[in-house]
Amino acid sequence: MAAAAKAGEATLRHAFGNVLSFFILLLIGVLAFSIRLFSVIKYESVIHEFDPYFNYRVTQFLTKNGIYDFWNWFDDRTWYPLGRVIGGTVYPGLTLTAGTIWWLLNSLNIPLSVETVCVFTAPIFSAFASWATYLLTKEVKGAGAGLTAAALLAMVPSYISRSVAGSYDNEAVAIFALIITFYLYIKTLNTGSLFYATLNAIAYFYMVCSWGGYTFIINLIPMHVLLCIVTGRYSSRLYIAYAPLVVLGTLLAALVPVVGFNAVMTSEHFASFLVFIILHVVALVYYIKGILSPKMFKVAVTLVVSVGLVVCCAVIAILVALVASSPTKGWSGRSLSLLDPTYASKYIPIIASVSEHQPPTWPSYFMDINVLAFLVPAGIIACFLPLSDASSFVVLYIVTSVYFSGVMVRLMLVFAPAACIMSGIALSQAFDVFTRSIKFQLLRILGFSEADAGDGSSANVVPENDAVKVDKSEETIKERPSRKNKKKEKEQMEKAQAEKTSAKSKTEKRLLVLPMELSVIGLLLLVFMGAFYVVHCVWAAAEAYSAPSIVLTSYTHEGLHVFDDFREAYAWLRHNTEVDDKVASWWDYGYQTTAMANRTVIVDNNTWNNTHIATVGTAMSSPEKAAWEIFNSLDVKYVLVVFGGLVGYPSDDINKFLWMVRIGGGVFPHIKEPDYLRDGQYRIDSQATPTMLNCLMYKLSYYRFVETDGKGFDRVRRTEIGKKYFKLTHFEEVRQS
Amino acid sequence: MEALLRPRIMLSLTIILIPIFLFISGASSHQIRINNAERRIDLSTHIVKVFLTLKVENTGKTSASEILLAFPPTQVDHLAFLEALAATGKKKKKTYVSLAVKPTQLPDAPNETNYYTIVLANPLNTGETATLEILYILTHSLEPFPVEISQSESQLVYYRDSALILSPYHIKQQTTFIKIPSNKVESFTRVEPTDRAGNELKYGPYEDRPPYSYSPLLVHFENNNPFSVVEELVREVEISHWGNLQITEQYKLAHAGARHKGIFSRVDYQSKPTFSGVSSFKHLLARLPPRVHSVYYRDEIGNISTSHLRADSWKISELEIEPRYPLFGGWRATFVIGYGLPLEDFLFESSDGRRYLNFTFGCPLVETVVDKLTIKVVLPEGAKGPSAVVPFPVEQRLETKYSYLDVVGRTVVVLEKKNVVPVHNIPFQVYYTFKPIFMLAEPMMLASAFFLFFTACVAYLHVDLSIRK
Repeated sequence: MAAAAKAGEATLRHAFGNVLSFFILLLIGVLAFSIRLFSVIKYESVIHEFDPYFNYRVTQFLTKNGIYDFWNWFDDRTWYPLGRVIGGTVYPGLTLTAGTIWWLLNSLNIPLSVETVCVFTAPIFSAFASWATYLLTKEVKGAGAGLTAAALLAMVPSYISRSVAGSYDNEAVAIFALIITFYLYIKTLNTGSLFYATLNAIAYFYMVCSWGGYTFIINLIPMHVLLCIVTGRYSSRLYIAYAPLVVLGTLLAALVPVVGFNAVMTSEHFASFLVFIILHVVALVYYIKGILSPKMFKVAVTLVVSVGLVVCCAVIAILVALVASSPTKGWSGRSLSLLDPTYASKYIPIIASVSEHQPPTWPSYFMDINVLAFLVPAGIIACFLPLSDASSFVVLYIVTSVYFSGVMVRLMLVFAPAACIMSGIALSQAFDVFTRSIKFQLLRILGFSEADAGDGSSANVVPENDAVKVDKSEETIKERPSRKNKKKEKEQMEKAQAEKTSAKSKTEKRLLVLPMELSVIGLLLLVFMGAFYVVHCVWAAAEAYSAPSIVLTSYTHEGLHVFDDFREAYAWLRHNTEVDDKVASWWDYGYQTTAMANRTVIVDNNTWNNTHIATVGTAMSSPEKAAWEIFNSLDVKYVLVVFGGLVGYPSDDINKFLWMVRIGGGVFPHIKEPDYLRDGQYRIDSQATPTMLNCLMYKLSYYRFVETDGKGFDRVRRTEIGKKYFKLTHFEEVRQS
Repeated sequence: MEALLRPRIMLSLTIILIPIFLFISGASSHQIRINNAERRIDLSTHIVKVFLTLKVENTGKTSASEILLAFPPTQVDHLAFLEALAATGKKKKKTYVSLAVKPTQLPDAPNETNYYTIVLANPLNTGETATLEILYILTHSLEPFPVEISQSESQLVYYRDSALILSPYHIKQQTTFIKIPSNKVESFTRVEPTDRAGNELKYGPYEDRPPYSYSPLLVHFENNNPFSVVEELVREVEISHWGNLQITEQYKLAHAGARHKGIFSRVDYQSKPTFSGVSSFKHLLARLPPRVHSVYYRDEIGNISTSHLRADSWKISELEIEPRYPLFGGWRATFVIGYGLPLEDFLFESSDGRRYLNFTFGCPLVETVVDKLTIKVVLPEGAKGPSAVVPFPVEQRLETKYSYLDVVGRTVVVLEKKNVVPVHNIPFQVYYTFKPIFMLAEPMMLASAFFLFFTACVAYLHVDLSIRK
């Protein structure tokens, strides 16, 4: 009787916990969505920055012309006179996702504009990503850790910076795809289910569609598999988790036009095939070991090793020769700069010129992941107690992503989910230890016998705030090798297992009891830290990462000032120039010009042709006549130059000018960087070199600048300009914004 | 088509250049004589307003009930509005009666002269006189010359007309006054007696001119008023019986004055506003109905942050908007203005049980010509038997629109009119029948969809679909 009642109570608690965690997850989703709406509320519902404008334009094309035209789209509005094959050079995941959402809504007669859908894609997928984090962490360390990790990810500033409403970029959906792929991999690893293995391949396909960062997955998972094999953790589950992923995943990846045969040809994917072979060899060895007697096995090993070594040497020699024959050793520039952080600045200035490809500074870690930086080590330790396949994977994930984030600021984004998972585990474990200690201490004070502690706990824990997070009954279950899909069976097994393990865990738990005061203080400190994190995240979302960058605001004593000059210029170009006019500008503004002004540009943010960009850089750094000849040969009618010296906008073209010189000089040797520098210093005042003062960029930027205040004081460079009165001979000022 | 049009233009030019005296036979033209005609042409904005006062007398044998107004073909194309009032009573106690005006074709019209017939309220008997007040409005009738100006120049325009009023009747005495915006007149045609006083030119009085007298007149003067022309305006009025009237207006604005030439220097524009860009315009004023709410002003690339709203719950609300950039001659801009209005101010129930929307026609922008105006009244889903009552001729048709969760679609009454000027801002009505039960259709649909979803969830949780036990 008593046992039945207890079982019923446990089921009820279980159900109650499930419902509670469902609602917590729902709220986490709402939180993840709404914290990203600061940009819409503070500014407006608009696409942000540079790349999102391109994605937006592609989505518009997709929704207007359909999927087939999209694949075959040759865009003549950009890279004039070369043009660009959009369908074959773009990661289509984001566009197709937003396009599908739009199509779905419109077929339900909900007439949202493409822009609205694009603006809100990123927040929606952040909610998905936090749910995926829950699933992943739950597989690793149980539901409590999962919920904590999901809540942390929902508001981690690093991820917010790339997924605020309007930031319609690949990363917005790619982080979700990344986490869900990892989750499905772990899930397959834990269950050995082929169903999840297939889902995993599909998730990987979605990731390949979405972002170039998929190479991280296809290198990390093989690394983990290798780690498992080396540490003697090979199992049939590992085989099921990995082999289908490589075969199916590679086949699917090759379907994406932008990847195509790269999926088997480039060195980024090489590790996965190597590990694939190793895995099979190991599987074969295990199989043979199973059917042969130990003595026979030894003989077989010597035979295979001697033959295999010869074959391997031959294969490796061929591969090395093949790889060595290509100049970049088969690696793309961006990947190489990951392995060798100095590579880009030495050989490819165009990659190095992008601020998000620079290594981060220490403060940016604190800004982007805040207290998680301190929790991560604790999480890593927690992952080793005990070390499972799943937890070793997360450890590997965080170690590699820390390295990558150290090379490029941009990859902080990959690091953030790992940090959240680790911190979630750490926080959850810490809460667990503290609350359990308090509970035991309380029981002792209240005079309960220790034998009743187990029963008492189940009654006591429920009203506690963190009840669900601390709910540990499931944790041990996760270690089970496989789980059937049938619910009833599962529940019964769970119950049995829980009862079996409860005795074991009780003794285990008693060892971890801490003094009452210490636990209370520790709890308070943890809560305080969490609160600090939340405050920081909200601040970062509201203040630091919500500016759309096409609208600038400044607070003066008169109130809010809005500088909407970018859009003013683009709108003017859109309405008051000929449809086929060509606009030359530095590549930063290429995407925006094509999307907002609908005019043909020479270069844009997809920096696929270095020579073309160098041509524009050369024109900008040449004297007027030479520049006019270059631009005339490119049919350019308008030159767009961004100058912030009057209002104090620091990221204008004068500050980017040295990169134009460097990139231009990389292809056209007559442009030499030292000509523009006085004693190695970049200056625009009277000390500047004559080459600098006569180049097109200087002239266009400072044309009639002196008339604004009489002196020509540049507020960004904080100096008076060197050459004040001059005339443009070959160019004509059309308009200023 | 092209070939057909060209000779017509040539023909009309000849009319302007050569005064032709033509006599046509017709019973009415012999009967009626205009004793006194006074014309006041107001050229102070780019919308030309002409006030014509005619004192007509019936000198024939039979009573006349119609008076003809003649327009040269060049003006007819630009004629946006024509209204005739009959004045009765003496000076202090004058009362005006609006008269019906309809376009008329005469078989033997000289040089493609176009006619409008004014139908008198009471037929004019032999020897009787009547006073007619006629207002007509011409658009696109000021021709910039020079055609292109730079930022520092001001805008000069030509106005062409006839010094003598074109009429199929004999005019005993006539005078024409032309009012120009400033006293900067470059030149004007002299048809003696001609007089100039400040910003007013006086032509006449001319005595005893036969029918179809014509004497070309050209005034070249400065006009820096904003030549704001909305090339296309689509106003969508969406009725929601939940209490809101949502209006979305899509503008294609252009500066129809002298085209801008050369550079635009922001430095000059801001530092010397009196010299620089005088013919350009920065602001536009839109008059919106009282109790307007949730106003937005944006274009295809986002919100335009330069606008001010002076909302009022009793008076007209004023929305001052600035396009993204000051508009110089020939420059264009597009934008969207949207706002919501309380439904009870505009939707009423007529005595026969039908509902009707009473809304203002025309464009809310002040002093603006709309080349093509489309008003779309989106009736709620389930509305039947729509009919529109507009006080002047417009093109009408019906469309269907699908909006949030619509199944059968909403009926849209589309009204189209070309050449709309501010005097067209008068109310029109759209009648329809609507059963309030249709308001519940969409909430019920949503509720049942969710219900089905949850039922499906419950069913899924309780059904064991596995093959193996």
